[in-house]
Parts: sequence; structure tokens; C-alpha cells
Amino acid sequence: MSTILLIEQLLNGLQFGVMLFLMAAGLTLIFGVMGLINLAHGSLYMVGAFAAAGVAGWTGSFALALVASLAAAAMFGALIELTVIRRLYKRDHLDQVLATFALILIFSEGTRWTFGSFPLFLNIPDMLSGTVMLPGGIEYSLYRLTIIGIGLAVAAGLFLLISKTRVGMRIRAGENDREMISALGVDISVLYTLVFALGAALAGLSGALVGAIQSVEVGMGEPVLILAFVVIVIGGIGSIKGALAGAILVGVTDTMGRTLLPVIFGSFMDPSAATSVGSALASMLIYILMAGVLVFKPTGLFGQA
Amino acid sequence: MDLKHIVKLGCGALGTAAAALALSTAAMADGHGGKVKIGMITTLTGGGAGLGIDIRDGFMLAVDQSGNDNIEVVVEDDQRKPEIAVQLSDKMIQSEKVDILTGIVWSNLALAVVPAATAQGKIYISPNAGPTQLAGKGCHANYFNVAWQNDNLHEAAGAYTNSAGLSNTFILAPNYPAGQDALKGFKRMYEGELAGEVYTKLGQTDYAAEIAQIRASGADSVFFFLPGGMGISFLKQYAGSGIDLPVVGPAFSFDQGILQAVGEAALGVKNTSQWSKDIDNVTNAAFVESFEAAYGRLPSLYASQGFDAANLIISALGKADVADQEAFLAALREADFASVRGDFRFGNNQHPIQDIYVREVIQEGDVFTNKIVSTGLSAHQDIYAAECAL
Repeated sequence: MSTILLIEQLLNGLQFGVMLFLMAAGLTLIFGVMGLINLAHGSLYMVGAFAAAGVAGWTGSFALALVASLAAAAMFGALIELTVIRRLYKRDHLDQVLATFALILIFSEGTRWTFGSFPLFLNIPDMLSGTVMLPGGIEYSLYRLTIIGIGLAVAAGLFLLISKTRVGMRIRAGENDREMISALGVDISVLYTLVFALGAALAGLSGALVGAIQSVEVGMGEPVLILAFVVIVIGGIGSIKGALAGAILVGVTDTMGRTLLPVIFGSFMDPSAATSVGSALASMLIYILMAGVLVFKPTGLFGQA
Repeated sequence: MDLKHIVKLGCGALGTAAAALALSTAAMADGHGGKVKIGMITTLTGGGAGLGIDIRDGFMLAVDQSGNDNIEVVVEDDQRKPEIAVQLSDKMIQSEKVDILTGIVWSNLALAVVPAATAQGKIYISPNAGPTQLAGKGCHANYFNVAWQNDNLHEAAGAYTNSAGLSNTFILAPNYPAGQDALKGFKRMYEGELAGEVYTKLGQTDYAAEIAQIRASGADSVFFFLPGGMGISFLKQYAGSGIDLPVVGPAFSFDQGILQAVGEAALGVKNTSQWSKDIDNVTNAAFVESFEAAYGRLPSLYASQGFDAANLIISALGKADVADQEAFLAALREADFASVRGDFRFGNNQHPIQDIYVREVIQEGDVFTNKIVSTGLSAHQDIYAAECAL
């Protein structure tokens, strides 16, 4: 295995991690501030992808498609917060899981009614297609590089928003003591709607970015949702920094595992058996990672007890 | 926050609540007194939904066209989950009391359902999945496959790769029974060297790691079997990777349902199929035309398999009563129906002996579709037939 391939795989892992971060950031923010488990987060990812595919098909512009994905996911996020989620904050987690699972079903069937059962077409824009030559002779997809850039920019933006702005201060205050912040005259329900819409918009953006290189279809959000939960558990629930660390850890572990394990097994096994055993183990790797982290840090890497 | 509690809730909800999703979508032909009741278990929601919907639509089209109102079809959605498929088949056998089961798309689901169903004396007609295990020693008088044994299209792809002068291929498939059959089938016919062999996760959507391996392997071509949405993701990412090696695959990644979502990335790709919309016979022309009229889209190979499965059952119903199972099975074995594939007959293990074509992805106006370029294998039978005691 050459160094170039290894570096390329590291970049792939980073890109996968950054994409997971966009999902996990919203999930962990919503959980941290409102104490809500939102299973419908994957549906907002799907809404973003479908909105982008719809608008791209209609206008032909990828930039407009991205804007549409943000707007549609934020709008649907705000809508479900106002109609359903708002009633769940005081209920226990089981009620939240049941209600948001119902939302998954409603979103999936609604999307199927609107767009049909067959996957939609959403392609990367011409400007971002093709590859670039990185230093060291690594040929890498320009679009994936862009995803890494956007993801890191969002991470930086979120960090600034939360640590430097008044809204961020309120979000942090809301995390620490809900009753005190409302006693101080902050309209907590507006803050909640805002945070929920922000989380939804990030999920929608992630769906649109990924939809261009994967298939835009009903049910695309659920597998990512499971990974996003793994990420926030590893990172520590409620922590944006944890979500970033967890996402990149999961992305790199999964990608490197898929590449390296079959090679390692191949050194002492028959090649066909090695690929089969190696890839089976690779698919378990991130769950083993999660179990390992929880053994040593039961609240996750950046979680508070 | 209680972490353990949350993880448990999250995982538990995603797992068990999914079972609650088993909504029944019953589609029925007029059933007077239920002369024959057919239970269709197929994938109608989630990632592989397009495949199951095509099988169902093809099947129902044939039932409608037959005008036979003694046929009742009960359709249920398995969501591509083996445990749900097993629940549904128990329900269909015990409370719906169906005579014939059909519909399953995925081999892992078929392996979970078929042996139990045939052991309970039910007839199973497979419109798609053809796992090795059910074609060889595990063959059964009550099990028929109208589509193919899993290896077949991949064997044809292997044979085509040789004839195209390619000799250093990188092969990949998902790690599940049909994926393993795919790579085995390809290697059986392929004579060149392997530049690499990779199993991916079933349902995987990101192939950056595999594409990087292809680039580094020095291969002269790529063979892949990634049905449904997996194939869309792979082809789009492959096209964007700057790798320019020829791609060969079975028809599953280039079927009518997904070509539009792949777009130009698929143009010119060679793929192997037992069916194509331009096979020249009267039945096929009528099928393509009536399917398009009924559903407003071109049929896929899955739809053609559903259509043939229904017509096989209808042909047997014309000869024998399903209550007389010996006679009915004999009628099924004769396969006396006009297949959209032209010549069609069963081998001793009740899997098809048929021609497999090489197709090329082309663009007709706005629509991406396939046309036949040559015949890959003629009157081809799977090698497991020899192990079958029937």
C-alpha cells in the first residue's frame, strides 16, 4: 500500500467525517439545548436533498439548489418544532422517540407522494467536477475537497456563533439552566425554534451536498442518522466540539478500516476470504470504537457528567 | 444526561419501530371465492423500493391483462429486512392461507423465507433472487426461479470481459449472498488477472475508499455489482474521480429505474442482461408498450421478471387446479407461456436456461436506456443444476 493511497484515504475519511459533522452538529445542538432526541433529523437531511434535486432540475443552478436545501430544511424544521416538537420538551425520551419516529414515516410517505419512488437526479456542478492535483501527486476529487472546505467553514462559523454572539450566549445559557434564562426575560420558545431550524438547515445542507454524489431517494436519511448518533455519543452529547472530533474520528476509522483490514487479513489468509472477513469486521469497527470510548469516557470525549 | 438510556432508546426505537412500519399495501385483483391466492412479499419502501415496485407493477400488469378474475394477489412490503419478510410469510401462510408465494427481491431475504415456505408445502416462484443455496443441493420441487440463478449475469460479464480483450480487472460487490455469488460467477468465466477484489457493505453509499483503491491498483477495467441506489452512488462518484477505465457490470446497476438518476455517467457502459426492451418478439413489444401506457415509464428488467412470473403462474392455472399440487407443479415445469425473453425453459433445478445479452447504455432523446450489442452466452444454464437431485 503506497503512501499516496494512504493520504488519499485519509482525505476520504476526513470528507466523510465532515459530512457526518453537519448532521451531528444539529442533532447534538438540539439535544444539548432542548434535551430532545430527534429521530426525524434524518428526514430533514432527505428534505434538503430532495429540495436541492428539485430546484437543480428546475433551474439548473447548483448554488440555488443549495440555498433551496437550506431554506426548505429550515422551514420544515421550524414547522415541526412549532406543531409537534414543542409539545415534547417536558415529556420523557420514550415519548420523544415515538413522536419523532412518526415524523420519519410522515416525511417518507409525503416525499414518496410528491416525488415518486424512484431516485432523483442531482449532479455536481460543472465548475466543481473533475479532479485536482494536490502536492505530492495526489489526484483528488474537487467536489469532495469542496465538501471538506464547506464543512470546516461551518464548524468555524458555529464555533464563532456560539462563543462570540448574543444568540450563542443564550444558547449556552439555555443549555445550563433553562428556567433561569426564561426568568431573565429571554423568550425561550423563540430561541428553541431558532436552534431547531438551524440544526435542520445544517442537516438539509448536508443532504444536498451528499445527494450530488450519492442517490437522492426516500429513506436516505436513516443510515446517516444512526452514524450521527454514534458520532454524538462518542463526542459527548451536547458538545459541538465533541461532534466535530467524533465525526472525524468515525469518518477516518471507517474509511481506513475498509481499506486496511482486508489488506491486513490478506497477509495471512486466502485473498477472497480475507476481503470477506476484513470487510465484515470493517463494518463493525465504528461500533467497537464507540464501545471503547464509552469504557474509558462514559460521557463521551467532550461530554459533561 | 443519562447516556446509556439515550443510546438504548435510540437504537431500540430504530430497530423495533421499524417493524411497525410493515404497513400492508394490498393490491387485489377481483377475487371470487379465491380460486388461487398469491402472496407477494417485496420491497416497496426504503432504499431498494424501485426494484420491488417494478416487480409488483409488472406482475399486476400480467394479471390484469389475463382477465382471469380467479386470481387474488396480496402485496406486502418487506422493507428489505429479513426479519420482516419472515413475519410476513408466516402471516401469509397461516392467516391469509395463500397458495403461492412470490415477490422477494433480495437473496438474503429469499434464504430466510423460501426454505420454510416450501417445507410447509407452499409453492414459491422467485421473480428475482436466485441464491446458489436454492439452486444446487437445496433445490426443491416447490421452488421455481423465473429470473436467473444469481451467478448467471455475472458469468456473462466475465465472458464479455475476456472477449473485449481486458485482462486485469478490479472487481467489487456488496458483502451478502448475492454479492458473493456475483464475484464467484464473474471469476468462473473470466480468464485474466484480478487487480483487486473488494466486498463493500450492503447499503453503502460512499465509495471514495474503493475508488482510491481502483486508482492505485493499475487495473485495466472495473467489474461491479451494486444494485439499486448503491450503483447510482458508485457510478456518480466514479465518473467524478477522473478514472477512465472501462466499466462492466450486470444489468442491475443499469436498469431503467436508476439510469435517469445516474445520467451521463453511465453512457457507453456494457452490461449483461437476460432481458432488454429491444429483444425482438411480439410479447416483448406488447409488454413494453402496455407497461409504458399503464405506468408512464419504461419497464426495467425487474418489471419484465414480474411480468414473466405472473404469466408462468397464469399458464399453469390454465392447465391444472392449484389444489392438485402434483399436476400444478408439472404444469409450472412445462413453462408453457410466451416469455418477453423469447425462448424460455426450465432446467432440472427449475431455474431458467436462457440467452444472456450484452447491452450498452445509450441516450434516446432525453431518456437513458439500453440496447443489445451482442449475445453473451447462449442457452446458458447455471452450474449448480448438476448438484440438484430433481
